[in-house]
Amino acid sequence: MTHEPGSPIGRRFFLGLVGLGAVGVATGSTISNWWQQLAQRDPTGISAAVFPGGGGWRFYTVTGDYPSRAPGDYRLRVSGLVDTPFTLTYDELTALPPTKLDRDFQCVTGWRVLGVKWRGVRLADLLDRAGVRPEGTALRFTSFDGVYTESLTMDQARRRDVIVAYKLDRKPISSDHGGPVRLYVAPMYGYKSIKWLDAIEVVDRVIPGYWEERGYSIDAWVGRSNGRNDEST
Amino acid sequence: MNQPEPATRVARFTKLERIAHWVNAVLFTIAMATGAMFYFGIGQSLLADRALVRVVHVYSGFAIIAAFAVAIVPRWGRSLRRDLSRINRWSRDDVRWLRSLGRNPSVRLGKFNPGQKLNAVFVGAAAIVLAGSGAIMYWNQSFSTDTRVGADFVHQWFGWLIWITVFGHVVLAFRDFESLRGMTGGTVSTSWARHHRPRWYAEEHPATTEGAELADA
Repeated sequence: MTHEPGSPIGRRFFLGLVGLGAVGVATGSTISNWWQQLAQRDPTGISAAVFPGGGGWRFYTVTGDYPSRAPGDYRLRVSGLVDTPFTLTYDELTALPPTKLDRDFQCVTGWRVLGVKWRGVRLADLLDRAGVRPEGTALRFTSFDGVYTESLTMDQARRRDVIVAYKLDRKPISSDHGGPVRLYVAPMYGYKSIKWLDAIEVVDRVIPGYWEERGYSIDAWVGRSNGRNDEST
Repeated sequence: MNQPEPATRVARFTKLERIAHWVNAVLFTIAMATGAMFYFGIGQSLLADRALVRVVHVYSGFAIIAAFAVAIVPRWGRSLRRDLSRINRWSRDDVRWLRSLGRNPSVRLGKFNPGQKLNAVFVGAAAIVLAGSGAIMYWNQSFSTDTRVGADFVHQWFGWLIWITVFGHVVLAFRDFESLRGMTGGTVSTSWARHHRPRWYAEEHPATTEGAELADA
């Protein structure tokens, strides 16, 4: 075995880099959140535009794919414990009186997108149209990805900042964002805002949704659940 | 020197090293291209099948580690291991070369210049970090949210740094064709070796160099 002369600087550099990576993973969201806040406060916007991890949307899916449905094929079903169940086409939904919300989107994994412009129909309006029966105290949402589900209590669903959204930042909601139609529950963590909304069912008790069965809080108020203390949205 | 340089060539990289390099290059290109699709969120619009992009990214990434492990096994990886040992060790001249950003003409370099050494070590370390953080992202159900966020952040930063590094590596390779020929055909010209890598040339040809030095004296 021959030994090259000189110092083993290569090995030190190698171990230093691998150590840096390990520390970055181990500190979890601390460094990530610190950098994100720094990047978003940078008035020039260079930090977020040039360097990675500066925030912005991250696209999640639980099936490994973004399901896609053309607006022309889209149907929203409202049923369950209601007097008049109904189905809306995309055009019928977008013809209803719109509600605009200019609010942040906070993910439970730490990232936050500031001042997102949402447009949609108040969920309360759809519930009034269907006529909720007295025993209907909660809602169950399903996604046309075939897997994801969500839940809300009737009181939560009737808030003025909970909408069935079809526009995001003035554009139709794209497939990766959960379009053509998704839920937006402004005061709660992002996982409550179910993507690729397929059906709304009025039920008599809260049925935990996909992530709630996996340990996430059911009442997912931003800053007051999931062991997190984010600023409210 | 009155006599013209002999038109001989010096063996620089063995066939195994070259195969290992180009397999690595192809796998890195695939992993980097698919990684960029996720980074810019265009996996959906360009290629309809996001699940396919994901599979290609994950498998090309793990193949980088697997291919390197195969290339370095004791039975045939001797030349590669010897070069890794060269990359590890830094001579005083290496440090002087780096301090002068390659402009100090009096340094005598070995087989690799310090830039090549830094590149090789960074790419190797980044491959380990990206594979580790990528494994956490892939098997994310087994990890806490906090760990997943950390892995995601580290993966983004190292992926970004790999793009910069590889871009620089390719640009520099095309600026020195003789060096590039060492990695394609396996040999470099004797004059290139004597001029750019004198310490390595002396190592490979002890007799000739001694003779030349005697003649100079």
